[in-house]
Amino acid sequence: MTTSYPPASTSPPPIAQVGPVAWMRKNLFNSWFNSILTILLVWLLGSTVINFVRWAFSLAQWEVIPANLPLYFVGRFPASQYWRVWVLVALLAALAGQTWGILAKAAPRLFSRPVLIGLAIAALTAVIFPTPPLYRLLILGVVLLVAASAWIGWQIGSKTPGFGKWLALAWAIALPIALWLLLGGFGLRPVNINDWGGMLLTVFVSVISILLSFPLGILLALGRQSTLPVIRWLSTAYIEVVRGLPLLSILFFASVMVPLFIPGNIRLNLVIRAIIGLTLFTAAYLAETIRGGLQSIPRGQTEASRALGLSTPLTLGLIILPQALKVSIPAIVGLFISLLQDTTLLLIIGLFELLGISRAILANPQFIGRYAEVYLFIGLIFWVLCYAMSWGSRKLEQSLNTTH
Amino acid sequence: MTHSSDGTEKIPFWRDDRVWRIIIQLVVLGVVVLIGSILLGNMFRNLAQLGRQFDFGFLRNQAGFNIGETIVPYQTNDRYWWALVVGFLNTLRLILVGFVLATVIGVLAGIASFSDNWLLRKLNVFYVEIVRNVPLLLQLFFWIFVVFYSLAPQRSLNDPPTPLLGKGFINKAGLFIPWPANNAGDWLALLGVVLGAIAAFFIWRWRIKLMETAGASGKTQQWILIGLAIAGLLVLLFGMEWETPALGENNRITGGLRISLEYAAVLAGLSFYTGAFIAEIVRAGIQSVSKGQWEAARALGLHTGLAMQLVVLPQALRVIIPSLNSQYQNLAKNSTLALAIGYPDFFSTFQTTQNQTGRAVEMILILMAVYLIINLAITTLMNLLNRAVQLKER
Repeated sequence: MTTSYPPASTSPPPIAQVGPVAWMRKNLFNSWFNSILTILLVWLLGSTVINFVRWAFSLAQWEVIPANLPLYFVGRFPASQYWRVWVLVALLAALAGQTWGILAKAAPRLFSRPVLIGLAIAALTAVIFPTPPLYRLLILGVVLLVAASAWIGWQIGSKTPGFGKWLALAWAIALPIALWLLLGGFGLRPVNINDWGGMLLTVFVSVISILLSFPLGILLALGRQSTLPVIRWLSTAYIEVVRGLPLLSILFFASVMVPLFIPGNIRLNLVIRAIIGLTLFTAAYLAETIRGGLQSIPRGQTEASRALGLSTPLTLGLIILPQALKVSIPAIVGLFISLLQDTTLLLIIGLFELLGISRAILANPQFIGRYAEVYLFIGLIFWVLCYAMSWGSRKLEQSLNTTH
Repeated sequence: MTHSSDGTEKIPFWRDDRVWRIIIQLVVLGVVVLIGSILLGNMFRNLAQLGRQFDFGFLRNQAGFNIGETIVPYQTNDRYWWALVVGFLNTLRLILVGFVLATVIGVLAGIASFSDNWLLRKLNVFYVEIVRNVPLLLQLFFWIFVVFYSLAPQRSLNDPPTPLLGKGFINKAGLFIPWPANNAGDWLALLGVVLGAIAAFFIWRWRIKLMETAGASGKTQQWILIGLAIAGLLVLLFGMEWETPALGENNRITGGLRISLEYAAVLAGLSFYTGAFIAEIVRAGIQSVSKGQWEAARALGLHTGLAMQLVVLPQALRVIIPSLNSQYQNLAKNSTLALAIGYPDFFSTFQTTQNQTGRAVEMILILMAVYLIINLAITTLMNLLNRAVQLKER
């Protein structure tokens, strides 16, 4: 090398820079290029924000949101039966709080500062959201219920280690109770599933689809890994064909073709057909996710369980699958997020889920042209749901991280 | 266990693994065939009740519906099969341009996440988190109803259109942007630019090779490349006869290229959506290159840009390209959502055809074939690309 080295420096080390000015010099104006970029971005961002605020507070007509709140959340569910939805929400809030508490049992403090801020924001939203006073109280109650049951779950979880299993059972029991509350019968007034809409339909369809696709997805994943050629080919063909097709074509298949496949005298509800379509679709993606989990389990695990004398079904059920499913939890949550977003496509086959009901509201002459307000509101709901799920899955991944 | 007289062990067939393997496969196959035949039997019975039979002959009937925008001539009295071809070409036009735009957005956003500008990094996170957590269909509605319709607020086509950066216009009929006037000279200029680009590619490869093997500075080649780029830009800007859209009488717009608002909205939505996913892939790819590679490159005296170009990016590409494949496939599949905002892509012509003819079975077979072929083509091309950047191990 011909470059001459500078003489050994005798100057003191640079002083650690603190303070906003130093921070800005370091992070925003450290070169001429970055300075130009920063100024450009600030100008762009500033004008966008100013325009948005001006629009939001002077031009936007937000009354389209509070005027249609029941439609957004439960569709045309009969108003006299709303209490059933509230009972369900309370039940789920209590269970979710318990689960959160149990999962966070290792944490030194349950209500750390970000959690407290989150709860405060939720409570504040409940108070300032323009709903009847009764509903504000109810939302506030739900937030409190989550916090309280989380605290109880945290207390129990740190004392009795086996409590998690009972919680899984509680979730399993909650499902039929939820169906009973929503559909009626057995003493409750029956509600037609066609009257469900909005967020109720979105969440219901995605939860049921992912639950139904689980067994099918596990079978397909095992089938694709199988040493039996016929089973492997059948599973692979199914997975690859379904993954190669757009979801819209699967939904089209479900709404148009499924009636052809069943005996002519049975008529299937459109919601059920949509669930069939989403289940067939999700199972293929779930199968690939679980296959990834299966592949991550070292061969030694199979060999060890064989050496212990376990048969193939027992090896799979007791040794391989539990580990594989645990590994694929983050990916499964990702799948659930995309399924929740994909339910918006149901509007194309004529169901009034969250986005479909917005289109219906926008078709009302009273609210015509209020696109920005309605879509921002719906977008915020989806964003909060999906972001919360991905955040939760990251946390879960950290707490389950048992490196081999 | 039975023992034969000569002492060798004979396994009874019900404990023989090989027999069970065959039996299990036969049972599974039997169940699948049984379910399939029940479903198909139902289908044929239902079709017979509706008075239809399996036949592709209907494709030669007159379509009788209109397609809003086409790149090849189409009339309402053309055949169904031609309508499907027209829709397919619209889909191709959407996804090919979408691939380019999504890649550009994604790579820029992915690299921006490594910027030392704090504001740019935060904006990038904001973009990715928003786009990935909001349904694509909602984003498409947002693009067309909130962005493009509010840019074109006029009531009727006779109102004056909104000017666009002084060069184009936007109104309900679409975006009007400058475009070459389609003269012979333009084609010649374009040919020159393409030849220049090919030459630049080879010079670039030559430069990399020289720098890697001979340790040359690559300055000469760099100047040639810069010269070529300037020449290409000059030819594009001044050598071609750009035709800017102009306002005629009755506020009619003449000249330039018209892009329908539906196409623009689907394209923007798909590109920004897929771009966010590509950004994450690019970021993960660059992060996957170990820090030591950066440090080694810096120790060899390469500055950041060159280290990125010569050392990090080629290795990151190995991680990036396989995931890009599935993003491109997703873009192709998501392009069917164009139906919801009225761009006549393949799926939309497919659905109109199916509604008019009622031929669900035949049409779903065509649909499956078309999308599986599109996906196969993408995978094949991406695998070729992958082979080019793969780690060559002996």
